[in-house]
Amino acid sequence: MTVLNALAVFAALVVLWQIILWVFRVPPFMLPSPWAVLRAVGARFPSLLNSLAITAEESAGGLVASIVFGVLVALVFAQSRWVRNMLYPYTLLLQTVPIIAVAPLILMWVGAGIPAVTLIALIISVSPIIANTTQGLISVDENFVHLFLMHDASRMQLLFKLRLPHAVPSLFVGIRIASGLAVIGAITGELFAGSSRVGEGGLGYSILYASSQLQTDYLFALVLAATVLGFSFLFLVMFLEWYFLHRWHESARAPEAEA
Amino acid sequence: MNGGSAVPGIEIANVSKRYGNAHAVLESIDLIVAKQEFVTLIGPSGCGKSTILKLIAGLVVPTSGAIRVDGMTPQNARETISFVFQDATLLPWRTVKQNIGLGLELERVASARLEIEIASLLELVGLKNVAKSYPRELSGGMRMRVSIARALATSPRLMLLDEPFAALDEMSRDRLNEEILRLRSEQNWTAVFVTHSVAEAVFLSDRIVVLAPNPGRIHAEFRVELPAARTSAVRNSEEFNTIVARVSRSLRETLRK
Repeated sequence: MTVLNALAVFAALVVLWQIILWVFRVPPFMLPSPWAVLRAVGARFPSLLNSLAITAEESAGGLVASIVFGVLVALVFAQSRWVRNMLYPYTLLLQTVPIIAVAPLILMWVGAGIPAVTLIALIISVSPIIANTTQGLISVDENFVHLFLMHDASRMQLLFKLRLPHAVPSLFVGIRIASGLAVIGAITGELFAGSSRVGEGGLGYSILYASSQLQTDYLFALVLAATVLGFSFLFLVMFLEWYFLHRWHESARAPEAEA
Repeated sequence: MNGGSAVPGIEIANVSKRYGNAHAVLESIDLIVAKQEFVTLIGPSGCGKSTILKLIAGLVVPTSGAIRVDGMTPQNARETISFVFQDATLLPWRTVKQNIGLGLELERVASARLEIEIASLLELVGLKNVAKSYPRELSGGMRMRVSIARALATSPRLMLLDEPFAALDEMSRDRLNEEILRLRSEQNWTAVFVTHSVAEAVFLSDRIVVLAPNPGRIHAEFRVELPAARTSAVRNSEEFNTIVARVSRSLRETLRK
């Protein structure tokens, strides 16, 4: 039902879009018709797919790097309140740093291309993973800790058999937020560091290029592709969350639970 | 006590506990629990019942006084102690089987022996057909059974039970009480049990210690002179009800001041 409703809304929006075009006589370089966008998708499908693949690779790389780096940082944070108080402000820095301002620096250090963009995706998406995983690691009920202490559990056993599994649901909350941010980060990154070769780059690079050429129909097609990419990431993460958690965790029993 | 040389199961000598500069949670507690004795601590909220259990387990350190378990410090005696918490405290990501095996696993028991131990425990507490279920699929009573099985897995000499059945309905509670007595008569552990229910205390215990609050201290003690083999019929006997009435009266006194 949810899917049908969403599709109905989509259809209504397309109709509205077409009506606006007719009523206000908007020139196509400002707002192309839905049909023109569809045609642009068809006509330039190979290059669209190529851009999509590049951005997907960068976003996925950024997200995976984010998960690895974020979990490692969270493990350090979970060691003591002292460490947390000392280092937490710096994760806020990651969150608040205007990426547009540091992009030129990253470009200078790493050079243009996929590594730079992946790095930007990482910077933008890592803080929710750090914050949520840390929370999961430290919010273990005291009784569980006592239970483990009664068996003289080592620090490592406490971490790997109690804190880490307990943090997995929170980690997934973080990954869900980060998945969207990684795609946004990759596209933003590409606006600055998208390509080391003219005429070939990810979605962000192509968006910039299409807008400079007033190819508004193709620009729309690219935006559409970016949206599809973001959604795919989200659904993939939600599926993994369901797969790993549905047997034991309340929150993940059914992804379509809001229906 | 009886002048024998045997070391008591638990010896608490003049123990006080305060957290920071706050008022005392426990004040001058003296309590000796004989080996294989079943002692229940009962008292209103804030009397420090749970704190006494944590002191015996070595999870909390006394501000003054001394505690010996089997003649050892609580920390050293730990491998002979099992703790059963108020809520079942099962790891939700582990199946029933894996939860029961937790203690043995943490103590690095070889997996072949682990399997055998778990199988016999599942039998013992009647959980064989839910071995592969996750805690959230079980009723409260079943979860508590898993928790008890996990505690028994490490073959304890001392069981500390902190209001284990407080959240259960009366039927499950009565059934688990009988189960506890059966397990204890088979395995002969010492037990310190904390509860709010007078009937439960009388049904289970050899001795009941009534605690008064602010600061937590021992108010009265009752020896329960009921037949050792207690069945549910005991609950309707006159002796049972007499003791329940006496303990209840004593409990009310603790609140009068």
